[in-house]
Amino acid sequence: MSAHYRRTQVDAAAWEEAADALVAGETTLLSLWAEIGCVHMAVLDETGPDAAAGGGRIAILSLDCPDACFPSVGRRHPPAIRLERAVRDLFGLVPEGLPDTRPWLDHGRWGEESVPAAAYPFLPVEGDGLHQIPVGPVHAGIIEPGHFRFTCDGETVVRLEERLGYVHKGIDHLLAGAPLPAAARIAARVSGDSTVACSLGFARAVEQGLDIAPPLRAVWLRAVMAEVERLANHLGDWGAICNDAAFSLMLAHCGVLRERVLRTAATCFGHRLMMDRVVPGGVAVDLDAAGLAALHDLVALLRARVPPLVKLYDDTASLQDRTVGTGRVSPALVAQFGAGGFVGRAAGRAFDARRAIGDAPYDALSFEVPVLQAGDVNARVWVRIREIEQSLSLLEQLLRGLPTGPLRIPDDDLPRGSGEGLALVEAFRGDLFVWVRLEAGQVRRCHLRDASWFQWPLLEAAIEGNIVADFPLCNKSFNCSYSGHDL
Amino acid sequence: MLKHLLQGLRRPLTEAAPDADPALADLAATLDATARRRLGRSLAIRQVDAGSCNGCELEIHALSNALYDLERFGLHVVASPRHADVLLVTGPVTKNMREALERTWRATPDPKWVVAVGDCGADGGVFKGSYAVEGGVAAAIPVDLVIRGCPPTPTQLLQGLLALLTPPEPPPSAG
Repeated sequence: MSAHYRRTQVDAAAWEEAADALVAGETTLLSLWAEIGCVHMAVLDETGPDAAAGGGRIAILSLDCPDACFPSVGRRHPPAIRLERAVRDLFGLVPEGLPDTRPWLDHGRWGEESVPAAAYPFLPVEGDGLHQIPVGPVHAGIIEPGHFRFTCDGETVVRLEERLGYVHKGIDHLLAGAPLPAAARIAARVSGDSTVACSLGFARAVEQGLDIAPPLRAVWLRAVMAEVERLANHLGDWGAICNDAAFSLMLAHCGVLRERVLRTAATCFGHRLMMDRVVPGGVAVDLDAAGLAALHDLVALLRARVPPLVKLYDDTASLQDRTVGTGRVSPALVAQFGAGGFVGRAAGRAFDARRAIGDAPYDALSFEVPVLQAGDVNARVWVRIREIEQSLSLLEQLLRGLPTGPLRIPDDDLPRGSGEGLALVEAFRGDLFVWVRLEAGQVRRCHLRDASWFQWPLLEAAIEGNIVADFPLCNKSFNCSYSGHDL
Repeated sequence: MLKHLLQGLRRPLTEAAPDADPALADLAATLDATARRRLGRSLAIRQVDAGSCNGCELEIHALSNALYDLERFGLHVVASPRHADVLLVTGPVTKNMREALERTWRATPDPKWVVAVGDCGADGGVFKGSYAVEGGVAAAIPVDLVIRGCPPTPTQLLQGLLALLTPPEPPPSAG
């Protein structure tokens, strides 16, 4: 099973109606992207009959743009603004009425002539005694590059404006025309920390487009890898967030546990991050008896080691003093932006693609989706902790029920057909949307929308009114992907 | 509880240094002996992401965990290029990052070394040929050492960095 959807060719009036529904909160924006002369918008209807179970229906609207322009959705629905700026940068289609006409991913450096970086006009901030702090793109730690422009009143941040796009690699362009194996390798590198989720989303979209189903064992092994990836990232984030609150003991412990997870991944699947292990048609490696034992050992280790760390987090007042109430995002903003992952679930939005879409094998597994309301750094830590526990339970169920059988449809046996497919998978940081159009067995157009697209803007809101020194803490608690966003 | 957890870290988790990689040792042998003497057995490393997918960053981060414990070798990561001896550069060098990388390189005092990390850092990797990338670190700044891999494991990274510190074996005497 995979995400069901319908794609409809619409006129400008229907396009505007869809925007009305987004503004009214009846639907949630999943993504907005373009092809040559055509713009697409994917929306999720969370109010349908499946809504009570956290389900939803996906629709894609496509609007031809013979005049190279389309009615801006971002004009009325802010979550679309950056997506529309990117559409204009990459495909030259003009979102009519979009209030922010500045380029986003295009820094003026792709062509022959080069525009100096200083030419980017940051939004004006006016007031007595305000000062600005420019940070990046090269940051002080081992982090991806991006620019943050803080405007401060003393220690208090009045406004943060992000400028991203520094790691734009032209992934959309590279994917177009690529044969499936090459395209899968590129998709796996959209965001390295989510490589399994990226590969999974790409593979599922392709499989839907070609109307094929991977073998059952592959479906289950993919979920094993996805949960191992979630464990590694949540452990890493948990330690790093505490470290940014000057509590390095947690980083030391979580760092060791994360390393154990990655080594187990290498033992089981031959690669620490499990890159290129999920492929269209199945998986590239099998889990042998030694690997199975290693995974059982890993689950047992984490079952023993995590609870004392949870208690330590909960009992350390100096740490809680930094995380509780810091970097708060309101449930209203989270709902408006359709923010997924720990950012959404820490502020009342229960969406989890594993539950909402219910792709196999998650439809056969028992798990909870932890949801908190506070929307602060502390809540984002707790969502991660609860998800670590859920992933351990999922791994136990997966290992118990792992079906036997073949691993993949060989590349040579994949149909060389044409078609379209969509996937919505739950990466560790939130739902990852993939849409692909295939022609003669090659990728004609592929669009990957990382969860970060709808989380980055909320970081600007989260830091408002906090002190500058809490920015690393807030930023780490979001842990948005630069690469996944810049593409 | 805290005491218990601190005790947990006192057990020797740190592992032995990896064996030298002969291929990397050969590369490192070409490094300037004078510069090597001046820097001694301590290297300050500034990491620069020039467009990676963040996979390399994850493994560079892992070098600081208790099992690899980078700092025991005299290697430490610094927050400014002004304090650095080595730039550890990842990514295919996006056109949008090229100027920032060049400025970081110019801000690093001599003598300095550049280590290109990962298949992207080596030649652009899967992103080679895109309108938006330069195709490897050497396209922007001079590179002294390449550590390949997608991403290189922490062990491979350590082997590469230790090759910078360890003087090459003297050639066997004739006869």
